[in-house]
Amino acid sequence: MLEVKDIHVAYGPVKALYGVSLKAHPSEILCLLGRNGAGKTTIMKSIMGLLPVSEGSVSLEGENLSVLPAHLVPRRGIGYIPQGRRLFSELTVDENIEIGLMTRKQGADTREWVLDIFPRLRDRLTQQAGTLSGGEQQMLATARALCVRPKVLLLDEPTEGLQPSMIEQIRQVIVKMKEEGIAIILVEQRVDAVLSIADRVTFIENGKDVETTTAAALREDPRKLSKYLGV
Amino acid sequence: MEFGPHLMLASLEGAVISAILVLTAMGLSIVFGVMRVVNVAHGEFFMLGAVLAWYITTLLGGHPALGFGVALIVAPLLVGCLAAFADRVILKRINYDPDRTIVATIGMLYIIQQTTLMTFGPEARPVEAPFNHRLSLPWFEFGENGFAMTWPWGLSTTSYKLFVIGAAVVVLIALWVFLTRTKIGLIMRATQQDSETAQAFGVPVGQVYSWVFGLGAGLAALGAVLVVPIQQAHYLMGHDPLLLAFIVVIIGGLGSLPGTVIAALLIGMSDGIISVFFSPTLAKIIATFLVAMVLVFRPQGLLGKTAP
Repeated sequence: MLEVKDIHVAYGPVKALYGVSLKAHPSEILCLLGRNGAGKTTIMKSIMGLLPVSEGSVSLEGENLSVLPAHLVPRRGIGYIPQGRRLFSELTVDENIEIGLMTRKQGADTREWVLDIFPRLRDRLTQQAGTLSGGEQQMLATARALCVRPKVLLLDEPTEGLQPSMIEQIRQVIVKMKEEGIAIILVEQRVDAVLSIADRVTFIENGKDVETTTAAALREDPRKLSKYLGV
Repeated sequence: MEFGPHLMLASLEGAVISAILVLTAMGLSIVFGVMRVVNVAHGEFFMLGAVLAWYITTLLGGHPALGFGVALIVAPLLVGCLAAFADRVILKRINYDPDRTIVATIGMLYIIQQTTLMTFGPEARPVEAPFNHRLSLPWFEFGENGFAMTWPWGLSTTSYKLFVIGAAVVVLIALWVFLTRTKIGLIMRATQQDSETAQAFGVPVGQVYSWVFGLGAGLAALGAVLVVPIQQAHYLMGHDPLLLAFIVVIIGGLGSLPGTVIAALLIGMSDGIISVFFSPTLAKIIATFLVAMVLVFRPQGLLGKTAP
């Protein structure tokens, strides 16, 4: 469904990715693992078209996304939960959701669907997003991405800095979205969390994908974890 | 005239200055807030509004109200389109780089100013006000016969000046409704907060920037059309509004719209009152001094936020 083929990406003169290839399939969670600075967030941004791809391509259901202007990429059905949540913090919860809905002109039914997944947000609709607690902010960032009604969901460290009960809630939502047929790409630092929900794992090292394996294989033989992550 | 009526007259002048200033500064503030562009050419968009108002009223002839009414709508629209075009062909090409946009807008300033000099000429040209009745104002005081209403000689204003104040209030309210109640306004505010994330949710940031730059210039032009029956159109008339708008935006807090309104009232009123009682130069000196004090003691401005 989503295919990243041998992409090279640079921040201005500084090259960050040297040929990364990935495939995400519907109803599957692909997890990217790698050390800090390996290029995981860069891969996410490149898929969204926020960084120029100098070589290679990103395609969704056969359509080449890397030649589209950045604002058209999400309209093809990609929901993005950026690292650090990146909410529109001075807008209200409702307005943040509205921005998500506008992406693909979704209506009230999508809004209800999302608010049913995160009922806590319903009580906070008129509150400024920046005043929410960390967990609620993550819920809102997730809700905003789901408002796109995505075919592919990109999550960049969704559990960073959250308390365990909140992490569990986010995890359940990810699994639920997988069951609804969404292809999920997840960047996550916590190996135990990855192994419990991922289907496949791709290791990223120095701006390249070095190996892709199934999570089941990793659970049985965790030696690769220490090889690529040093844990 | 006694002090009381004199102060009232000065305050009215100040309110007119504030009204024009708030529109001009609002344009500058919105452009900076959303695009992070310091638009040095803002005063020239103001001047263009006044010059276009002269062309339109002269071309149409007829009753002054007809030409003025058309100018009030067409001049800001034309200036807005020109600014959006300039955004497309100049600012976009230099990627909105903060340093280069300053140099680029200085270039735009001279291109617009000198083109106007070559076509419109160096004269100051008047535009007739659509209506201009002299209104005497009453004054209340306790005299020998107790509380009495008097009509001091010289205490008067014109209906047009009151119209300017009213028009500015209406435009401000319309702008507030536009920014907070419409989808385009929501998109602009989201872009202001985080343009990259906005783009990740389908916001065409490039187009939003063009709209915002056009809106900012259009607001300046609208202020100019309102002021031109009082002040006359001249190719150098953009300097003072630019300086005052910067003063207002710095005091109010860059990008903070409520701060801009408060600072415009403060600077406009003090400018009006000090100009009447002392001299216009002293008014400018005090305003500039205020900016220096704000920069020293509260660099983010009255209602500005410090970077997180």
